[in-house]
Amino acid sequence: MQRHFDEELRQLKDDILRMGALAQESIVNSVDALKNRDKAAARKVIDSDVEMDRLELVIDDKCLELIALHQPMARDLRFITTAIKLNAELERIGDLAVDVAQRALDISDKPLLKPLVDIPRLAEIAKRMTADAIESFIKSDTELAKKVVLSDSEADTLKRGVEKELIHDYMMKDGSTSDRAVPLLLAARHLERVCDHAVSMAEDIIYMVSAVVVRHHPEELK
Amino acid sequence: MHNLHPSPAQGQIGLNINPMGEADSSDGKPKISARGVNFYYGSKRALNNINIDFTPRRVTAIIGPSGCGKSTFIRLLNRMHELVPGSRLEGEILLDGLDILAQACDAAELRKRVGMVFQKPNPFPKSVFENVAYGLEVNGVTDRNLIEEKVVDSLKKAALWEEIKDRLKDSALGLSGGQQQRLCIARCLAVSPEVILFDEPCASLDPISTAKIEELILALKKEYTIVIVTHNMQQAARVSDQTAFFLMGDLIETGRTDRIFKAPRDKRTEDYITGRFG
Repeated sequence: MQRHFDEELRQLKDDILRMGALAQESIVNSVDALKNRDKAAARKVIDSDVEMDRLELVIDDKCLELIALHQPMARDLRFITTAIKLNAELERIGDLAVDVAQRALDISDKPLLKPLVDIPRLAEIAKRMTADAIESFIKSDTELAKKVVLSDSEADTLKRGVEKELIHDYMMKDGSTSDRAVPLLLAARHLERVCDHAVSMAEDIIYMVSAVVVRHHPEELK
Repeated sequence: MHNLHPSPAQGQIGLNINPMGEADSSDGKPKISARGVNFYYGSKRALNNINIDFTPRRVTAIIGPSGCGKSTFIRLLNRMHELVPGSRLEGEILLDGLDILAQACDAAELRKRVGMVFQKPNPFPKSVFENVAYGLEVNGVTDRNLIEEKVVDSLKKAALWEEIKDRLKDSALGLSGGQQQRLCIARCLAVSPEVILFDEPCASLDPISTAKIEELILALKKEYTIVIVTHNMQQAARVSDQTAFFLMGDLIETGRTDRIFKAPRDKRTEDYITGRFG
């Protein structure tokens, strides 16, 4: 039996997909702005956050309405509660992209400390993890969600490498580089946080599909 | 005849694994057990090999679509099925380990221990007081002080006393639907049952009366083992500790209510509670 409710859940899925697309776009654009020291691109990322904020409220409202009007159970309930969590994580990812864009503005008038290699790689991982988390949600794919959770260590390693290089090779050798190194340090941290949010989303998606709690229970991933 | 009033179940309250394989904080022995129960209306089989335990002082909700056998099953628990001509029961139903289907078990005694509240409030055309006192009087209690004490106590336990303490001599038929249903619960409580069976007790009540009955069920479970048949999924989720899902005479799944409503194991349960049946 086709339920009207299914159509509403499909629309909610589309909204999360849209939120995910905006988050990925913001990550890419913010790092491009950082790499190219492009003020206009950075400001565009900052301005575009308004749309994510608006959509977050729309999705939240829709989820509350679905709960209030349909009193969902079992997988419908897990789907909607996961949508609520994903919505919040994606909005936060949008905010982190704004943070990266602000770091781009911080260094936009100064010469680049060094060619950026690992930060764009970190951004690529952050974007991929976010995209994979969203895809695992859309397809109810727990294997892809597990892959997201397990790939977080790659991001952690890369972030530590960036920190080590900036602190040891630049700031400790020449304190005057701090004003250019610190924004890059922070940008790496913002991007690593994006990866953490992608992991949280993936953990929620595994619960949504299989009703197994892997959050704080990594042994359940095996 | 069995001793129908044994001492309370022995054992310290603690964490046990119930027959559904889930942790439950009750003493270990089930209050009621159904073992291999088949039931027939004439040649039509209405229940197929039902095996289930009911935990003492817990609420168990029985859910399922119309015709799935849930009301049929609950009526076996105090042998109401014997009133249906041509019906036949196979298997065992144990109350505190004693077979209630054995010839030695007296049905009237059994129904004192296992009371029942029906879908439609069914007060007698008598006064409020007489309705509650009825069960005591037919059981031979003549001490007026004791009867009065029991009536007041039962009305208080049924959360009705404050509303009708000045109307005890009025006809029970003048009460609202919700009050009549609580009066029926008080009537049931007056004979000191151990188990109360509720067969869709709120089906004909408004949301306020429903909420009062649900609160009452939650309060009563401290002293009584409760089994409730309901079509209202939210009601099952709100009031019960354990849920059993019946479908076409089969017991499909039982388990802790929170688990059943968040993550049922059987697809048929999931399809039913999410409204995907059809």
